Amino acid sequence: MRPIIYLMALNEALQQEMERDPTVFVTGEDVGQHPPMGVTLGMLQKFGPQRVVDTPISESAILGLAVGAAAAGLRPVVEIMFLDFLFVAFDQVINQMAKMRYMFGGKAKLPIVVRCPCGGGYQMAAQHSQSLEAMLCHIPGLKVVMPATPYNAKGLLTAAIRDDNPVFCLEHKKCYTMAGDVPQEQYELPLGIAEVKRPGSDVTIVATSYMVHEALKAAEELAGRGIEAEVIDPRTLLPLDMDTILKSVRKTHRVVVVHEAVKFCGFGAEIAAQVAEAAFDALEAPPLRVAAPFCPVPFSAPLEEAYLPNAQNIVEAVSSVTPAKA
Amino acid sequence: MDIPREKLIEMYERMVTIRQFEEGAAGLMRDGRIKGFIHLYAGEEAVAVGACFTLGKDDYIASTHRGHGHLIAKGGDPKNMYAELFGGRDGYCHGKGGSMHIADLDLGILGANGIVGAGPPIAVGAAFAAQYKGERGVSLCFFGDGATNQGTIHEAMNMAAVLKLPVVFICENNLYGEYTRQDRHQTVKDIAERAKAYAMPGVTVDGMDVLAVHETVGEAVERARRGEGPSLVECKTYRYFDHQGVGDGVADRSAEEIEEWRAKDAIVRFRRHLIQTEALTEAEAEDIDRRVAARIEKAIAFAEASPPPTEDELLTDVYA
Repeated sequence: MRPIIYLMALNEALQQEMERDPTVFVTGEDVGQHPPMGVTLGMLQKFGPQRVVDTPISESAILGLAVGAAAAGLRPVVEIMFLDFLFVAFDQVINQMAKMRYMFGGKAKLPIVVRCPCGGGYQMAAQHSQSLEAMLCHIPGLKVVMPATPYNAKGLLTAAIRDDNPVFCLEHKKCYTMAGDVPQEQYELPLGIAEVKRPGSDVTIVATSYMVHEALKAAEELAGRGIEAEVIDPRTLLPLDMDTILKSVRKTHRVVVVHEAVKFCGFGAEIAAQVAEAAFDALEAPPLRVAAPFCPVPFSAPLEEAYLPNAQNIVEAVSSVTPAKA
Repeated sequence: MDIPREKLIEMYERMVTIRQFEEGAAGLMRDGRIKGFIHLYAGEEAVAVGACFTLGKDDYIASTHRGHGHLIAKGGDPKNMYAELFGGRDGYCHGKGGSMHIADLDLGILGANGIVGAGPPIAVGAAFAAQYKGERGVSLCFFGDGATNQGTIHEAMNMAAVLKLPVVFICENNLYGEYTRQDRHQTVKDIAERAKAYAMPGVTVDGMDVLAVHETVGEAVERARRGEGPSLVECKTYRYFDHQGVGDGVADRSAEEIEEWRAKDAIVRFRRHLIQTEALTEAEAEDIDRRVAARIEKAIAFAEASPPPTEDELLTDVYA
């Protein structure tokens, strides 16, 4: 173990997998010559242009290339420069890669990873800042991971590349430069297993992606008021580890779900609904959601700040359903 | 190009198989024995057979919503195809796909496709895989005149050209994008001209002449195998049925136009050619027609007897 930043953890996962498996290649806009977020830095020099493939600005053709290459036996790792751009090419996602195996009666295997930077906080405005994970989670046939830490980034991306299904790896821009301990050797974090980031007995906070860090900050502050929050990072949204969440809720009797995407029809609604369906008897307060308001991500700094959920919002939500003990 | 007699006869038989398969499917649809959407290929047989007979088993094709002809041309078995139309478990997709999604990766068939213009980017991917593995495989994709107005086709052509991938783009220009005449949906007449935009060869060929299609696509395939990149071949052709379903299309097309194209029928023409060049006698041609008819009849009986999938298969194969 040694501390490295999140984007280097992703870089290491890619490089080690490419060394191990010659069918793995990386493609996308500028991934070779000028890696936009730096995740594929140094890889063109190391692996050459056949395995680190710069493409035209053509999201449909990039994703189609991945579908065809995967059907023909390769393991493409695609970078879509911003998650927002994925929707230029959603046919290849929804109608092609997600459904081919089922439509073909199980005879196709589509081991594809699509990596997309997501999230706001850098004044990149409405078309470069979104958190649209719920739209992907609505499509049977896809898997969706949202690593929040360098350790999870490397382990989840490695598992995603080895998975025989299309996996979307959504990487929050604010996480890229966060440092954390990461083993040098390869390891896999199995998809579909949540992580309890902090044990607690009074309330369960389920947070995704960068919001995990805001939730942990909130938990510290709540601890000062005598409220012990259990913070859970699902890590994989699809498939979702509800067992870990339900086990926690049965212990704490309260749940607050936190994500950066807009609240309406967001992923939090799914968790809240499942908790209500499966553990209604255990709840002592309504499940709450902390999420963005129903508007595009604004440009201007004070507006963007008002838009993005933060630790303070989480503290307030938790306080509203949890009796103070101090 | 000298094509051995056995191959010529095989091409003829394959064209007849496609025609009879489609007429069989139309009959089943009229009788209400199969359901759903059906886009029949009858009339365009020379394109599928001329093109696919330039390929080997390891080459790929990406097909369209009007895919039955391509699949049979690439080696698809009518009995498993009919079974899929019936939604039976012996279908190529065990009944989970239907007419618009028949695929068999073992035969190099990347699938029919219900989305107009979605196949070419996928064919580009299969071509990328062949290049990546250092194999000589090529990838061939079919699409109609209507699809050439989709951005995906242009993205795919540009991507294939810039990465010099072994792809042959085959435009089946049947003069109609769904029900809209070509001159009402695009300003070019010869779609092959669009190849210029990607600095690749673009050739227009008589799509009712199987030998012309075979020769032109064959050259493009060889070029692709030599590592010289993609080509576009436009085949002028015509469909006999409506865009969708079993109507004869008179509602949207003039009787004269239909008559004019039927007079150029690719199967009649190829049969005449084979008899004139003594590759086939009249009696042998009739034998082939009868043999195919018997095969189609057996295939339908097999398919109709194929049991449907059971409810416990609803959730299988969503994930690998």
